[in-house]
Amino acid sequence: MAASDETVLRIEDLHTHFELDDGVVHAVDGVDLDIRRGEVLAVVGESGCGKSVMARSVLRLIDRPGRITGGHIWVRTGDGTEGTDGMADMVTADARVVRSVRGKRVGMVFQEPMTSMSPMHTLGNQIGEAIMLHESVTKAEARERTVELLGRVGISAPERRADEYPFQMSGGMLQRAMIAMALACGPELLIADEPTTALDVTTQAQILDLLRSLQQDTGMAVMLITHDLGVAAQMADEVAVMYLGSVVERGPVAEVFREPRHPYTKALLRSVPKLGSRSRERLQPVRGMVPHAYRRPPGCPFHPRCDEFIAGRCDVTVPSPVPGPEPSRVVSCLLYEEVSA
Amino acid sequence: MLSYLMRRLLLMVLTLGAVSLASFFIISLPPGDYVSTLQAQAESRGEMLDDSVLVALRARYGLDQPFFTQYLKWISNILLYGDFGQAFAWNSRPVADLIWDRVGLSFFLSLSTLLFVWAIAFPIGILSAVRQYSAGDYLATFFGFLGMAVPEFLLALVLMWVGMRYFGQSPGGLFSPEYQDAAWNLGKVLDLAGHLWLPILIIGLSGTAGLIRITRANLLDELYKPYVVAARAKGLPEWKLLVKYPVRMSLSPFFSTVGWLLPGLISGETIISIVMSLPTTGPLLLSGVENQDMYLVGSFILILSTLTVIGTLISDLVLAWWDPRIRHRYQGG
Repeated sequence: MAASDETVLRIEDLHTHFELDDGVVHAVDGVDLDIRRGEVLAVVGESGCGKSVMARSVLRLIDRPGRITGGHIWVRTGDGTEGTDGMADMVTADARVVRSVRGKRVGMVFQEPMTSMSPMHTLGNQIGEAIMLHESVTKAEARERTVELLGRVGISAPERRADEYPFQMSGGMLQRAMIAMALACGPELLIADEPTTALDVTTQAQILDLLRSLQQDTGMAVMLITHDLGVAAQMADEVAVMYLGSVVERGPVAEVFREPRHPYTKALLRSVPKLGSRSRERLQPVRGMVPHAYRRPPGCPFHPRCDEFIAGRCDVTVPSPVPGPEPSRVVSCLLYEEVSA
Repeated sequence: MLSYLMRRLLLMVLTLGAVSLASFFIISLPPGDYVSTLQAQAESRGEMLDDSVLVALRARYGLDQPFFTQYLKWISNILLYGDFGQAFAWNSRPVADLIWDRVGLSFFLSLSTLLFVWAIAFPIGILSAVRQYSAGDYLATFFGFLGMAVPEFLLALVLMWVGMRYFGQSPGGLFSPEYQDAAWNLGKVLDLAGHLWLPILIIGLSGTAGLIRITRANLLDELYKPYVVAARAKGLPEWKLLVKYPVRMSLSPFFSTVGWLLPGLISGETIISIVMSLPTTGPLLLSGVENQDMYLVGSFILILSTLTVIGTLISDLVLAWWDPRIRHRYQGG
């Protein structure tokens, strides 16, 4: 994969492990991804597939006992001095560079707005802080921009709201404020980690609309982490499907959902109810159980649950990402390695 | 907020009324009174006191009157004239004089101890939480448990012996003999400073150990909360992040107990003061209890209760100032 000027984030063979007393959990196990300027990438997968850990690894936000054990995370630093192509590797960058990327180049929105803001400080304080960290502005200027930002994310009476505390607001309003905080310094990439999971359904739709329109206004790239395939279909240009810490299929969202190639993607799509399907038709859950975190299956991690399992192949050989039948697709499945070989 | 304050003040007055009645009731509960103690002491020396002397003494101190009369006389004197009555065992010296004599040193000692405890315990506690399970944390934990486990009086005895044996220091007291009754001057102040560090160290040790553990536990509760991760994602430097968010949050429980320090400033560390013969209020209270010196003990209980009630109010107000969530609950109703 050649780096172009258009790439804002490139993840290469990322490994994030949690070293626990009982063993090592390979939460992220060899993820390759890249996001171009202005692109919306949805990362989907079951709970525990490592999508959140992957997203947090990008900004080096993994707490002990988690650790990035290998790979590269290339992000733009903007000053052109770091690494190759004006990009810095977050995995090896020193703390100063990491901090200059956080909030400035890459903004992040978290799952639970109610607990992601400090109850001891006003919204204005917390959002203004993000601005003052990265830009040399006075307190008054930061405050002015905070109010403007709050207005832009659809909070009414932003002047008054800026002086209020998080516990005085609803979850939906707080998530808007979180988005305003993440966008405070005009990042070129926004990572949204299940931004609507903790909200009720109507609020979810509003927040997604807001994200979409902000993305179109600013032209920033968005990495949307979600377990909701509907949200991914609605929001994204590209989709990456994760299973047990690695990306199994990746491609344009319309193509992947219309014609899934990887057996896991197929199974996942079968488990989702469709409008217009015959009402008596039963949903098919993905067969079997997610394997225990300490006991990853050998070979292809999906083989114990796979409908197209080939004995003696899938349980021995680890598949590597290959182009699918369509050139825009990447699939990690031995079925397609056979074809391309 | 103002109506809340008014309501609290009214409740405070009511509470204090009840407390004064209860404390006077308690000190008059034991059978006998100061005069019977006097009589018993005389008998143990083999002397006999005449009944008429006893009656005269009781009449002089008002001990022959009914309970409520005694109480009303006592409390109205305190409220109207600031007269806490007289201490029998101290040649009927006014209780107020006796207490005030010692309050200054008690207060000074307690305050220095408090500052010592905070200065040591907060940084160590914070470090211990941030570097959890590091060598430094284990060391702090080890000394923390040690400090909590060793009885203060034992430590006092050991350190006094060390001070005398190896440093030639006069054991106990806050002054060297030559300054004991001298007027205040630079030499006496220096002498006090030379003696004061030992009681501060001893009294402060278990408090320091306890506060290290509390700070560590409170901070560990906050350190991995989502709002900390979110603040880190903004690009805040670690130490700034630490002080502004989790440390700030972790101090809330601390502020809710800060009011309890107020009575502690006056009560004087009784056991340590006795072991080290420090002229604080603690030993005075103990001797009052032993002699059934009812006005002395009653005044002590009343003063300590008043300080506790005031301290609780202060700590509630400080907490409201510190934590907007509490503040808004008050304003709500």
